Amino acid sequence: MSKMESYWLDLRQLDEMAIHKSVIHHIHPCAKLLTTVIFLTVVASFSKYEVSGLFPMFFYPMLLMILGELPLGPIMHRVLLALPFVMFIGIFNPLLDQIPFLQIGPLLISGGWISLFSIFLRFLLAVTAALILVATTGIDGIGMALLQLKVPRVFVVQLLFMYRYLYVLLEELIRTIRAHSLRSFQGEGIKIGVWGSLLGQLLLRTIDRAQRIYGAMLCRGFDGEIRLIGRKKLVGIDIVYFLGWSIFFIVVRLVNIPQWLGTLLIGGY
Amino acid sequence: MHMADALISPMVGGAMWLATAGLAAYSAQKVAKELDENKVPLMGVLGAFIFSAQMINFAIPGTGSSGHLGGAMILAILLGPHAAFLTIASVLTIQALFFADGGLLALGCNIFNLGFFPCFIAYPLIYKQIVGARPTQKRLFLGASLASIIGLQLGAFGVVLETIFSGISDLPFTTFALLMQPIHLAIGIVEGLVTTAVICFVWRERPEILQKAAMSAPLGTLGIKPVLVGLLFVTVLTGGALSWFASSNPDGLEWSLAKATGVEERQEPEADIYRILAGFQKNITFFPDYNFKEPEDIAVNAQQVRAQEVWPAVNSGKTIAGLVGAIMTLLLAGLIGKSLQLAIKRN
Repeated sequence: MSKMESYWLDLRQLDEMAIHKSVIHHIHPCAKLLTTVIFLTVVASFSKYEVSGLFPMFFYPMLLMILGELPLGPIMHRVLLALPFVMFIGIFNPLLDQIPFLQIGPLLISGGWISLFSIFLRFLLAVTAALILVATTGIDGIGMALLQLKVPRVFVVQLLFMYRYLYVLLEELIRTIRAHSLRSFQGEGIKIGVWGSLLGQLLLRTIDRAQRIYGAMLCRGFDGEIRLIGRKKLVGIDIVYFLGWSIFFIVVRLVNIPQWLGTLLIGGY
Repeated sequence: MHMADALISPMVGGAMWLATAGLAAYSAQKVAKELDENKVPLMGVLGAFIFSAQMINFAIPGTGSSGHLGGAMILAILLGPHAAFLTIASVLTIQALFFADGGLLALGCNIFNLGFFPCFIAYPLIYKQIVGARPTQKRLFLGASLASIIGLQLGAFGVVLETIFSGISDLPFTTFALLMQPIHLAIGIVEGLVTTAVICFVWRERPEILQKAAMSAPLGTLGIKPVLVGLLFVTVLTGGALSWFASSNPDGLEWSLAKATGVEERQEPEADIYRILAGFQKNITFFPDYNFKEPEDIAVNAQQVRAQEVWPAVNSGKTIAGLVGAIMTLLLAGLIGKSLQLAIKRN
């Protein structure tokens, strides 16, 4: 399967996860979006060498995945795909920061490895939080939340339009590339000379398609004003959700819970 | 080139989000004012086009490697800078949300790096100046290539600065910059070639599209704000890059002081307030002595950071307690999760 086809599948999978009905799916999109933003900010605000303090933050993605009935596999698959890019930068930390930080028996662990592990934990938290947001809210919910948060209407409409036509264009591109590779020798890549006209043809078809879409909208009574339905009202559970999680994040940030728990269990040093 | 949330600090992320939000509001205002209703479906569809096109890896002959399109320059040429900025912002938003390609906190940085520089700096200041109102094949090639290369270089430099200022990665400035800039020079050249190929094709087949785009966004409507932000960045860039060539000889004041009193820098009085302020300044200075913190400073800084946090001293007992507590936390979370799962299944 080519890269494009797997991207198309990923989009479809997340889309289908978003139309499930669960406790989390019913929460107002604004509450979910703002909670995710606070979560990401708190995670990023931990110090560079923080490891144990980050662990309670895993409650958020864990609980949401269980209550939202989200499948673990596709989400972890997406997380693992994004991992190499972050680790490529992070791997320099152990090479550059060699001051010993921790001693377990005869083993001396340098600060660089601690900060690398911290980067890894932050990465896991941030990526799962973003994917869970989409999987429980969907692009329409996010669009609605953005509008209610006063993001310019032009941008939200453009985002929703673009998402809609992503499928159409991906399918067209998959067909084009497949046709090319079937007609090429040994399925070789697209040479740069061919590249221009291939993309160019797709571009011209895209522009013509936009004209037809505009004409179709006019025929159905488009008057320049884009209307989006479904303005949900905030109810008690949404506010409890947002405040509850925010307070939890702030407490976790201020108090190193694992440290306290561990000290309690081992008997304190 | 997309920045991840794991390597960013809230201050850098927040600051770039403010910059991006301001630019997006400004662009949205401009696009809404244009009476061309046709533009919004066109923006949506072109955004989808760029998104799809980014997925194609094409082989670069002779090198055995492959590359792919960025796309902001094509959008800027076809839609004008404001609409193009919004479109590339939406492409990056979908990538961040659905594909974890770039974090949500870092989305502001990514939109700025990949949208502001091509649309508001490279397009008006390079492409439009070279190509003008009546394009020829040669001018299109030169304009598109140069604009793509410079836009990408600025974007890559933005990534370097944002990562360094966040302070999570230990990479020193020079190493990171020497890593990023040449790679993105190669990518920029490829992007320039692809952009030229596509735009030349459109220009040959349907020149009226390019003419319409060129006419609908004359330089005069660009407004002063983006140019100001651009100038600010050029200042930072100049300060950063050209300082490498700055002389290390004492400047005029120091030289004359040295000549007069025999000491290079004035010693500060021992009063408390000076010590406090000096300490404060030392902690917040990004550029002690107009230089990035040297790798030795990283180690010193690391020690200072650790001294402030792990108090009293590095206590392996305490750290082990932390680790045990962390494992307990995870087990607790798993327990709560499992019981919730069973409760849901029963209902």
